[in-house]
Amino acid sequence: MTSFDVYLQQVINGTSLGAMYALLALGFTLVYGILELINFAHFNVFMVGSFVGLGMLEALGVAPNGAALTGFALVGVLLATFAVTMLASGLLGVGIERIALKPLRNVKGPAAMITTIGVSYVLFNLVLLGLGADAKNFPSPLPSVSFAIGGAVLRLREILIWVVSLALMGGLTYFVQFTKIGKAMRATAQDPEAARMMGVEVDRVIIAAFFLGSALAGAGGLMFGLYYNLTSYVIGFTAGLRAFTAAVLGGIGNVPGAMLGGILIGLIEAFGSYWISAAWADVVIFSILVLVLVFKPAGLLGRVAPNKS
Amino acid sequence: MPRETTGPGDDLLLEFRDVNTYYGDLHVLKDVNYSIRRGEIVSLLGGNACGKSTTMKTIMGVVRPTRGSVVFDGEAIEKLSTSARVKRGIAPVLEARRLFPRMTVFENLEMGAYTRKPGPEFNEDLERVYSLFPRVKERRAQLAGTLSGGEQQMVAIGRALMARPRLICMDEPSMGLSPLYVEQVFDIIQEINRQGTTIFMVEQNAAMALSIAHRAYVLQTGVVVLNGTAAELRENPSIREAYLGELQVNATA
Repeated sequence: MTSFDVYLQQVINGTSLGAMYALLALGFTLVYGILELINFAHFNVFMVGSFVGLGMLEALGVAPNGAALTGFALVGVLLATFAVTMLASGLLGVGIERIALKPLRNVKGPAAMITTIGVSYVLFNLVLLGLGADAKNFPSPLPSVSFAIGGAVLRLREILIWVVSLALMGGLTYFVQFTKIGKAMRATAQDPEAARMMGVEVDRVIIAAFFLGSALAGAGGLMFGLYYNLTSYVIGFTAGLRAFTAAVLGGIGNVPGAMLGGILIGLIEAFGSYWISAAWADVVIFSILVLVLVFKPAGLLGRVAPNKS
Repeated sequence: MPRETTGPGDDLLLEFRDVNTYYGDLHVLKDVNYSIRRGEIVSLLGGNACGKSTTMKTIMGVVRPTRGSVVFDGEAIEKLSTSARVKRGIAPVLEARRLFPRMTVFENLEMGAYTRKPGPEFNEDLERVYSLFPRVKERRAQLAGTLSGGEQQMVAIGRALMARPRLICMDEPSMGLSPLYVEQVFDIIQEINRQGTTIFMVEQNAAMALSIAHRAYVLQTGVVVLNGTAAELRENPSIREAYLGELQVNATA
């Protein structure tokens, strides 16, 4: 492999990882934009999403060492699995909001944020107790096709992640820019009281933010399983913390920022693992986060929050 | 203090009946009564922290009265959500304009029509706003946060009109505007009123407010201390001293 091929391979790996982080980061940013709440339960919505995807694939008869699917069967299984996973994760997110967070809506201080940490541990322990501590093989319906680009290898799973992530991020951007509830989300994020006085029912906007963010996290969890061919109850914390970092790096509350931050964190992880070692990837990621926050506290695309008083 | 004589047959659009509001222990509005008739411009005068903005928030449902009733078009609305009130035809022009700064001017106007069904009426109202404010039409694709204060005020008024309201509640429409824009804004308010919309307006600029209002209320520490026609209040010595004198200080500042 030439050094160019090596770099190309890191770009392929990094953007795939980054696309997953970006999907997860969007959920942090959507909720933060509206409630100024960091939702740590989001970590484990992602984890539960990967298990929902696993269950759905098994229910559709995709076995860990079974024959790969092709053509319409492959597309059908993937569409059904993504749809069910995203729906279930979205509803989980909305359920968390209704049960655990809505009662705290008017409580000042960190109570709501602490509650999200509690909810995160509840999900974590439920999966641990119910499904066990060992990592689970993740069945993949994808044929093991790969393409050589010079010395770099591009596998079907990476193409799948790119295509699905681009479609979901494009869909989210359309939703936020052009639909009525999407515009209400932006208006509420910019000035909640003024939005309310236009007749926006802020409660609905909050539900929409939790549903969309959690559905995207579920899709990310499913991709995580398809990418690594395994899932485990611990993946929420590792991937979640990197995605949260991505959201902050891009400017929390900012939708394009979360996408950019996710891709950057993925690339930093890939190149950091290559140049230094995989064990040091998190050190590199969080060091860069600290540097960005020192020199650009609002994140790369964020604005310093105007005083809302 | 004479209470408003509003016998049956008077066409009331908005009434406060002995409204009391609190922020925690702080008693803000104290047994406040207002009667606003269909087609009027009514101005609410008073110094800082006298309850003017609380009045606006109570109409919009952001603040709920502890006692008393708010009646709009014959219906008690004090328990309704803000959204339900907007649907019934009350639209705000908020203090300091409060546009959505990172949305375009057009999107801000769309937000004004948020509670309405899409349809040809939306385009009619858009044309109406554009003809009242040609400047807003020119700026429609720009982010609202990039406009000047005067232009933002025009968008804020246009945004309220997009709700096709029967009552517009304006909180300090002249605040922070250059004298040229103040004149324009007050001309537009009169024009909107002539087209049939009732206006309830909180305003520091008492001279301007009394020059276009039909009637006015004076609020002091949460109590209505005076009310009458604009002409009566312009001649009232205590008003001249307290509010019209204050204006000259402001104008030279």
